[in-house]
Amino acid sequence: MSTPFDYAPAPESRSIVDIKPSYGLFINGEFVDGHGKSFKTISPATEEVLAEVAEADEADVDAAVKAARKAFRAWSRMPGRERAKYLYRIARIIQERSRELAVLESLDNGKPIKESRDVDVPTVAAHFFYYAGWADKLEHAGFGSNPQPLGVAGQVIPWNFPLLMLAWKIAPALACGNTVVLKPAETTPLTALLFAEICQQADLPPGVVNIVTGAGGTGQALVGHPDVDKVAFTGSTEVGKAIARTVAGTNKKVTLELGGKAANIVFDDAPLDQAVEGIVNGIFFNQGHVCCAGSRLLVQESVADELLAKLKRRMSTLRVGDPLDKNTDIGAINSAEQLARIRELSDIGESEGAGRWSPACELPSTGFWFPPTLFTGVSQAHRIAREEIFGPVLSVLTFRTPSEAIEKANNTPYGLSAGVWTDKGSRILHMANQLRAGVVWANTFNKFDPTSPFGGYKESGYGREGGRHGLEAYLK
Amino acid sequence: MSTSSTVLDSSFDDVTRTDASLRRFLHGLPGVDQVGAEARAAGLGTRSIKTSAKAYALDLAIRMVDLTTLEGQDTPGKVRALASKAMRPDPADPTCPQVAAVCVYPDMVPVARETLGDSGVHIAAVATAFPSGRAAMDIKLADTKDAVDAGAHEIDMVIDRGAFLAGHYLQVFEEIAQVREACRREKGESAHLKVIFETGELQTYDNVRRASWLAMMAGAHFIKTSTGKVQPAATLPVTLVMLEAVRDFREQTGTMIGVKPAGGIRTSKDAIKYLVMVNEVAGPDWLDPDWFRFGASTLLNDLLMQRTKMTTGRYSGPDYFTLD
Amino acid sequence: MSRIDVRKTYKLYVGGAFPRSESGHSYEVFDSKGKFVANAALASRKDARDAVIAARKAFPGWSARTAYNRAQIVYRIAEVMEDRRPQFVQAVVQSEGLSASKAEKVVDEAIDRLVWYAGWADKITQVIGNANPVAGPFFNLSTPEPTGVVAVLAPQESSLLGLIGVVAPAIVTGNTVVVVSSCDRPLPAVTFSEVLATSDVPGGVVNILTGSAATVGPWLASHMDVNALDLTGIAGDSALATDLEVAAADNLKRVRRAPAAEPDWTLDPGLDAMTAFLETKTVWHPIGV
Repeated sequence: MSTPFDYAPAPESRSIVDIKPSYGLFINGEFVDGHGKSFKTISPATEEVLAEVAEADEADVDAAVKAARKAFRAWSRMPGRERAKYLYRIARIIQERSRELAVLESLDNGKPIKESRDVDVPTVAAHFFYYAGWADKLEHAGFGSNPQPLGVAGQVIPWNFPLLMLAWKIAPALACGNTVVLKPAETTPLTALLFAEICQQADLPPGVVNIVTGAGGTGQALVGHPDVDKVAFTGSTEVGKAIARTVAGTNKKVTLELGGKAANIVFDDAPLDQAVEGIVNGIFFNQGHVCCAGSRLLVQESVADELLAKLKRRMSTLRVGDPLDKNTDIGAINSAEQLARIRELSDIGESEGAGRWSPACELPSTGFWFPPTLFTGVSQAHRIAREEIFGPVLSVLTFRTPSEAIEKANNTPYGLSAGVWTDKGSRILHMANQLRAGVVWANTFNKFDPTSPFGGYKESGYGREGGRHGLEAYLK
Repeated sequence: MSTSSTVLDSSFDDVTRTDASLRRFLHGLPGVDQVGAEARAAGLGTRSIKTSAKAYALDLAIRMVDLTTLEGQDTPGKVRALASKAMRPDPADPTCPQVAAVCVYPDMVPVARETLGDSGVHIAAVATAFPSGRAAMDIKLADTKDAVDAGAHEIDMVIDRGAFLAGHYLQVFEEIAQVREACRREKGESAHLKVIFETGELQTYDNVRRASWLAMMAGAHFIKTSTGKVQPAATLPVTLVMLEAVRDFREQTGTMIGVKPAGGIRTSKDAIKYLVMVNEVAGPDWLDPDWFRFGASTLLNDLLMQRTKMTTGRYSGPDYFTLD
Repeated sequence: MSRIDVRKTYKLYVGGAFPRSESGHSYEVFDSKGKFVANAALASRKDARDAVIAARKAFPGWSARTAYNRAQIVYRIAEVMEDRRPQFVQAVVQSEGLSASKAEKVVDEAIDRLVWYAGWADKITQVIGNANPVAGPFFNLSTPEPTGVVAVLAPQESSLLGLIGVVAPAIVTGNTVVVVSSCDRPLPAVTFSEVLATSDVPGGVVNILTGSAATVGPWLASHMDVNALDLTGIAGDSALATDLEVAAADNLKRVRRAPAAEPDWTLDPGLDAMTAFLETKTVWHPIGV
């Protein structure tokens, strides 16, 4: 007798953002043409070309590093409280232009507007706000009475949180008195270029922030540049290892934030409805393109059936589609390449005998899409339990005792994050002690805050970003 | 109201035998994490309901309203006016649906009945020493019977929060069961029973979940958040926990129970957030006045104003709607 | 004919409103050259009482806000002050007799000091709080929490920078304050209260009384619903300071003592002004399966 409550399309207007047909590099406070070729950046939801972007070659990278070096002298000697005011300005402009940034991020990345609007962009502003406050308090940070900046930071960031990763890199670097050359990911350069405009609006001195767009080659040129004092990288473990090799024998300080295969551990006394939300948020937030995603669900056998039934029901309410629709929960996969990788690993999961399940959901005909998916009957030996899929794919394993849960959770080369769900406080703390992971979420998941350090154990990288600890990477 | 009458489920006989067994059962239900529940409710609140979906939601919300007056100053005149409005909320627009029910004190049931006739708008009466619930059991039952005999289709009873908070679960259970008995009429019919928890006094979501199960096991047709006399009254997270409870109860027993948030829901925007929550938490089966109600008074006019905005394309004002 | 100017009435700032003194009294304020500037409200015992009620009422909400939110609000005060810079410069020139350029420097310093304190809201916990490695299976964490309602006697000489130097550190950590402004130089404080009223600061977080610290101070020092006392404003008056400290002992108010002389407010203030009005809370929890 009930009729379906179909949510009519509620698209966010894209007219708020003005995308230029082509973009140059941002060097020494100006947009300049690169010497190299250019590449196209597309909307992964429609495959529509959004803009042509310059691909920086070695000479361009060198020019950017030179500009940063030149700017370093004045920037590093500027009183902290003056640097702070530039960062506060940037934070405020980000707040003022938040809708524009959110729309552009969703267009270029494919993530749902409700995430770029409610998570990414507010956290970006908060990050600048937080580190602005450190710029004039560095002597209180616990790194000596007269901490000094390192110099020029070469920063390479991924495509999953383009603007947020930029903030994580640039805000602490600038607060500490460093200057930066940042390379955004090849598939998501646009918000970084809009950020360059924001630096101009804030009258940031030229050369303090430089943005060089490009692919792997540009990143290599930056990381390997002899006049770069500090390398900060977020991305795959494979590239992270290559960077560690590149900087071997140099004096470059390095922080690496790499892959993960986090366990989300649910005990039988957990608040189950909230655990279901945490599992969904853990693996389907940002299409699962999250290095700390809770991609392995470890559920206590005694509650596994009940939890899975609830989880499947909840997954059936997820809305996959147009990233700019305010009611979309899961957007587009960022690239054809990433989609192929998710498909490949999912097929392997099936052929290795795991049970594959997705809710019925209609996927758009153009663009890159993958339905929310879970695999049951997964064991630690399955590739889908070991390799980072970086997509909306959850592997479900079971355990019987806390020690078995810990053993399985730690049985991975990664160690970025973990989740624990139980109503028992002492068990949370015990699990947190035993888990070899840089972030442990208890009765929540995927929470981020500028004041909270983030980073991994083992092959998930080294160094911490965020909080007081995040300053250490940019000080000597 | 649906005719599929709730069957008192005998599978809970063991559970409901003693205070101790009830306590073990209710305290064995999964806990509710406050932060997570509130985040989920807030997340559902960000859904953007536009155009055709909004028009559907507004009409549905109007059909779900229990138009309420529960004041010491209520008079037959006031109740007659309210009943007229319930039947024709927007006299200028014949396409506007009528509300589900009017909700009044038991002594006003005959007045409401006279006006409503066989319009289809139900009469709900609050009973059991509303709103405090502080009276002897025989008085509560007499209160209920009076309202039923006068022709109330629905009884909104309050639980004894003192007994609940003191852990006397069996007492609360038996009170609900007895009131349910008192709802019976001749010819095997029965007034529908809504059980009010006064969630603002129960305070924790764990308590709300326990009260929900207690009432459902005792034979409630509906579980209802509040009397409207205590702050906070209905909230999205409280309703979330109750919707999860009715969803889980149906999963386990096959029996559907209705949910009624009451008090504090004043705007269309709020009402639509509740409907989104019903849709995504309990499921679309509950998107029906038989299974979901709003206990409200001022909400109706805001729904009417928004409805007019949808059809005329301009904002309306309070002067264009009846104040009853 | 020359225009007759419209003169402003200077009032108290209590609970987000601008009342006249309950007593109806006011006093004449002169500039540094002895020229009459305005009448200011003369705060009474009952104004102090009302201000404490307002501060107490505001405390639960203000202290429960996220540190990030408090940081944003204190920063907003700085933004609004910057917008009214000329007015503050004029007030400082009148009150302190400085040249315009020196007064500008004082105002700049005051705004920058607010920005400095704004940043502390979400950092002080990380600097003075810590996990404690106790010898047992326990999680043990110490974090600072605001003391409560702080009565502040603001400096007499530095009417703006000194005022910021005692108000900002107390509120940024989550306390609420009742401030007695400089007695002879109250105008910057009055202008500051108008800034507060338009900067997202909830009413009652800062309450500003103009008048005499010697008159109002004892009532605040003995008030049993005040948690802490900052005596900076009676620097050099050791007899009064001792009396107030004795009165404060009745409910063990945390007292920030009066210095021998008013400090140089342009120097790095350090953390003392914040830590003076913070409690440390340590939480123990067992660790086990």
